[in-house]
Amino acid sequence: MTLVLIVFRSLRQHLLSTVVTALSVALAGGLLMAVWAVKTQAQATFAQTNTGFDAVLGARGSKLQLVLNAVFHLEASPGNLAAADYEYIRKHPAVRTAIPIAVGDNLRGFRIVGTLPALFTDVEYAPGKKFALASGRLWTGDAREAVIGSFAAERLGLRTGDTFQPFHGLVYDEDHQHAETYVVTGILESSNTPADRVVWIPLRGVQTMAGHDPRAADDVSAVLIKLRSPAAGFSLDMMYNKQGNRLTFAYPIGAVMAELFGKIGWFDRVLALIAYLVAVVSAGGVVVAIYNSMSARRRDIAILRALGARRRTIFGAVVLEATALGVLGMIMAFAVYGVIVAVVAAVIRAEVGVVITPFAANAVMGWAPAGMILLCALGGLLPAWKAYRTDVAAHLAPVS
Amino acid sequence: MSLLSIVSLKKSYASPDGAAGRQVIVDVPAFSLAAGQQVALRGESGSGKTTFLHLIAGILSPDTGTVVLADRELTALSEAGRDRLRAETIGYIFQTFNLLQGYTCLENVLLGMAFGGGADRKRAIALLERVGLGERLHHYPRQLSTGQQQRVAVARALANRPKLVLADEPTGNLDRKHGREALALIRETCREQGAALLLVSHDEDVLAQFEDVLDFAALNRAGTEAAS
Repeated sequence: MTLVLIVFRSLRQHLLSTVVTALSVALAGGLLMAVWAVKTQAQATFAQTNTGFDAVLGARGSKLQLVLNAVFHLEASPGNLAAADYEYIRKHPAVRTAIPIAVGDNLRGFRIVGTLPALFTDVEYAPGKKFALASGRLWTGDAREAVIGSFAAERLGLRTGDTFQPFHGLVYDEDHQHAETYVVTGILESSNTPADRVVWIPLRGVQTMAGHDPRAADDVSAVLIKLRSPAAGFSLDMMYNKQGNRLTFAYPIGAVMAELFGKIGWFDRVLALIAYLVAVVSAGGVVVAIYNSMSARRRDIAILRALGARRRTIFGAVVLEATALGVLGMIMAFAVYGVIVAVVAAVIRAEVGVVITPFAANAVMGWAPAGMILLCALGGLLPAWKAYRTDVAAHLAPVS
Repeated sequence: MSLLSIVSLKKSYASPDGAAGRQVIVDVPAFSLAAGQQVALRGESGSGKTTFLHLIAGILSPDTGTVVLADRELTALSEAGRDRLRAETIGYIFQTFNLLQGYTCLENVLLGMAFGGGADRKRAIALLERVGLGERLHHYPRQLSTGQQQRVAVARALANRPKLVLADEPTGNLDRKHGREALALIRETCREQGAALLLVSHDEDVLAQFEDVLDFAALNRAGTEAAS
């Protein structure tokens, strides 16, 4: 109780220093937790995002590029594949569902993807979940109609019944607008998948858009594939990737994404290293804050010793004070963490359409506070040693 | 039976001017104090009175000699043992009061108990009421006059039911009127609590209040002579 009183009073006596030091611990701890949580959440979420498909078939090239283009609607298409290739895989006995997509246009930066209505009627993008319309209806036949993903609709300000003219290419350039006019027939409910950022039109719409190469009017950009069994994926992988040389079969999608994170693992490590360094610097701040105020505290320490406080009590009080700064800081760190992760989650959602769960339980929420508090406690050892060695008689002046 | 018994107590420091040898500050061949006795030591500033009190309180260790307090030989105890004995047996009143500025009056008195027998809130309040500060329990020292601060110091010194109260120029920072009041309070409360009082002062007005007054210069053989 006495120790708690001494620590509490000391923190209050040096209020400005206490607040600044605790804030620095909060920033460091929040940053450390955020870096770690975003890293693990993003890896897990991206590896799990497959919008209900097992594999992607596309032109010969990088599997990662194929997956990023067809599933995440990022990156350029590695090329087209012929209608015959699509028909072949669609009829393959190992394939349960094959949905072609065609890309090449955008609407003010949001990608336009041509596909079949089956994507919305037959495919479960997550177990038990199908794409659903928040308003309107799907397009009919090959009409110049569009269904807009929820995020894209919100950002583009489109509603059912509105019209638009697509722009050529995957990058928005206002000088390259197509002449065709499309009518928005429906808005999708939010699915928290990359589909939310897409303007969906009939497959033939992209294939026959004015200005596109008429020789490729039957080509598709990629085929999204749901297999009947995992074993089939390996045999198709063998057939397309090892025995063939025209097409690429990206399977399984999660493994391809994991490979991406493997490749950028160095970046994660750099971020983590920076976060660790910030944590150490912040613990150094605790040392400096207490150490610098030690001269002003020496009289109080001498008085406490004159009242009978033992050296180890004084030592313990200073270490406890450093620990309390760590605890205070880490309590505030959760607010910092919440802000950072919420902002990062919003950015990821806006850029990729993938939603990470910012406040999901994560081991870092246990070990980071424990580590930071321990670091602060260790930082208290040096000023505690200085306090321990305080010359009582010299600081009980005046001497008569 | 003596409460405090000192034999051949010596304390020296390295010469401040860097000269060879050490400067002896305290050299007291014998001194004793009975339980409940009130003694004043007369001495000029710099005569070693504070060092003498620090040696009795166990804040400083002597070079040689023994201090027996309440049947325990202070000089044979470890530092932690001396801390405990000081917390349980001694109350200390300083010229500059030495109140902890970040703590309320009540907390200052509670801390006077905390390292000894343990904090007793009722007793702390009763002591503060006794010294006339019942309405100032939660005031901070800076919110009190110097006379009131000294009264808090008196309450704190008596908080742990000490057998001995050491008072180092306790009226040095007070005007004559408040000094007399403070001294009367110290003596009365010590009597009430059954504590012996050893007070050092150079103020003749203070010394005149005591029946037992010793000249520290006569007691302390050190003077300012250097010892090899």
